[in-house]
Amino acid sequence: MANLQELQRTATQVRRDIVRQVAGIGTGHPGGSLGCADLLTALYFGVMKHDPSFNMEGKGEDVFIMSNGHISPLFYSVLARSGYFDVAELDSFRRMGSRLQGHPTTHEGLPGVRVATGSLGQGISVAAGMAAAKKLDGDDRWVFCLTGDGEQQEGQVWEAALFGHMYKLDNFIVICDRNHQQIDGATEDVMDLMDVSAKWAAFGWHTMKVDGNNMEELLATLKAAKALRGHGKPIFIEMHTTMGSGVDFMMKGHAWHGKAPDVEQTKTALAQLEETLGDY
Amino acid sequence: MSDSLSSFPKFPVTGKKATRDGFGAGLAEVGDSNDKVVALCADLVGSLKMEAFIEAHPERFFQMGISEANMMGVAAGLATAGHIPYTGTFANFSTGRVYDQIRQSIAYSDKNVKICASHAGLTLGEDGATHQILEDIGLMKMLPGMTVINPCDYNQTKQATIAIAEHHGPVYLRFGRPNWPVVMPEDYEFVIGKGIVLKEGTDVSIFATGHMLWQAMAATEQLEADGISCEVINIHTIKPLDEELVLRSVRKTGRVVTCEEHNRIGGLGDAIAQVCVKNHPVPQEYVAVDDSFGESGKPEELLEKYGLGIDDVVAAVKRCIGR
Repeated sequence: MANLQELQRTATQVRRDIVRQVAGIGTGHPGGSLGCADLLTALYFGVMKHDPSFNMEGKGEDVFIMSNGHISPLFYSVLARSGYFDVAELDSFRRMGSRLQGHPTTHEGLPGVRVATGSLGQGISVAAGMAAAKKLDGDDRWVFCLTGDGEQQEGQVWEAALFGHMYKLDNFIVICDRNHQQIDGATEDVMDLMDVSAKWAAFGWHTMKVDGNNMEELLATLKAAKALRGHGKPIFIEMHTTMGSGVDFMMKGHAWHGKAPDVEQTKTALAQLEETLGDY
Repeated sequence: MSDSLSSFPKFPVTGKKATRDGFGAGLAEVGDSNDKVVALCADLVGSLKMEAFIEAHPERFFQMGISEANMMGVAAGLATAGHIPYTGTFANFSTGRVYDQIRQSIAYSDKNVKICASHAGLTLGEDGATHQILEDIGLMKMLPGMTVINPCDYNQTKQATIAIAEHHGPVYLRFGRPNWPVVMPEDYEFVIGKGIVLKEGTDVSIFATGHMLWQAMAATEQLEADGISCEVINIHTIKPLDEELVLRSVRKTGRVVTCEEHNRIGGLGDAIAQVCVKNHPVPQEYVAVDDSFGESGKPEELLEKYGLGIDDVVAAVKRCIGR
């Protein structure tokens, strides 16, 4: 496992990749991608046992499902940087004929993606099915699933929550990006989620909270979550993040949910993000 | 049995059983022979006849509660890990209710999920239009990569249930509630995408799917007596359609009647019309529900009221001959 400083430097490069992908094509979702950059870096470079030669079934591996598919530039950067495909392919993001579709899909055969996501509310169910399969197969690895906080407004999320409890999926960790932002504004104004953790706790899940833009705290929390194995309960982590984290002008409200920076803004953003691993 | 039809000597009626019972029997058998098969059900175990599978393989059964959207997603996850999930609920809740889950998590993601749908069409009966979906074939056949199968009787449903485990890719398997004449031999080899000629004829090609095969057979008995030579073909797989068989028959007879327990829009009739209009345009009549919802009633009453009776098939053939 990489040390803390290495992980932080990787996360900085991942953030550069996000900004450069979105700026390169002029569309995409930088805000949530930047906010969750530390988590995915922690998972793919620190926490998860996974094989970049990629096997769809994921037997004997930890698997990750990103239910909030719109933060695809983050997913693509982390997959490329951990060896699933060449980082040069990041330049094809959202272009015609690319494997790096606007939202992640299996359809073009991009290694690392196990299901098409982006139509919100569905990824947790798929991840729960994978966790159930691991139980059935006697596979003791983990299933991680990232979901957005706005996504909690989808009814299917709560169907999956009931299922996770009913089948005692203590190999299943759902992480919710609690940035309080969605397309039309603050979650409190669009459809108030109130206390998200209390809801998951009421559905029978073990709940935790973490500052999702603090690598040290993320690693400690994920480690603590994994120590809960054997208690018969799935785990929910309310991860507080700042949308746009790492780029100062993107860190205000929901404005950068789905907007690309112009040339000047891109320069400003990249000046704040050191090129630690080399740009693609 | 006395119900047997003289026009179909190779397909005698051997009893009356529900297609859903055929599903239950097929699921139990394929569960025994293939340990990758898992089953999920949204609180309708008895209706879907899944008890035998559950008794034999409790560890491979997932009771999902009344949560069809989650059931489709969990099935996609189980398939991702290499299992072969069979989902069970009514046709209405297997399709329209969860269309986007099927579209995104299963069809577009190429997951090997078998969506098994009972109580399709009007013959669900007394529960009424809320539960009688007549649009499901259309919905499902529009999804790229989806195989759509609507077997005609107990034996064919059982055979189809077993056969789809060997086919990689999403499948929609549609069957029904009522007891219905069994005409397919137990040992008939079911091949996905291959239609079955039950009777050769020269004046008209009658293509029928699901319960409507029996209506078409019974109608043929009358039509033959009136001197009309009917070719009767069972199309159990609506997608992929057996285009070669359809065209071979249509080139011979020059007339088409299609029979389905479905809206005339988007079902078997449209699938066959599309093939004919492109390759060999001929007059066609639809025996199908005329773009409406159903209602409560006995299956036989409903079939008559909504234009799916034996007399409706006879009339459609005569209209077609007269064109």
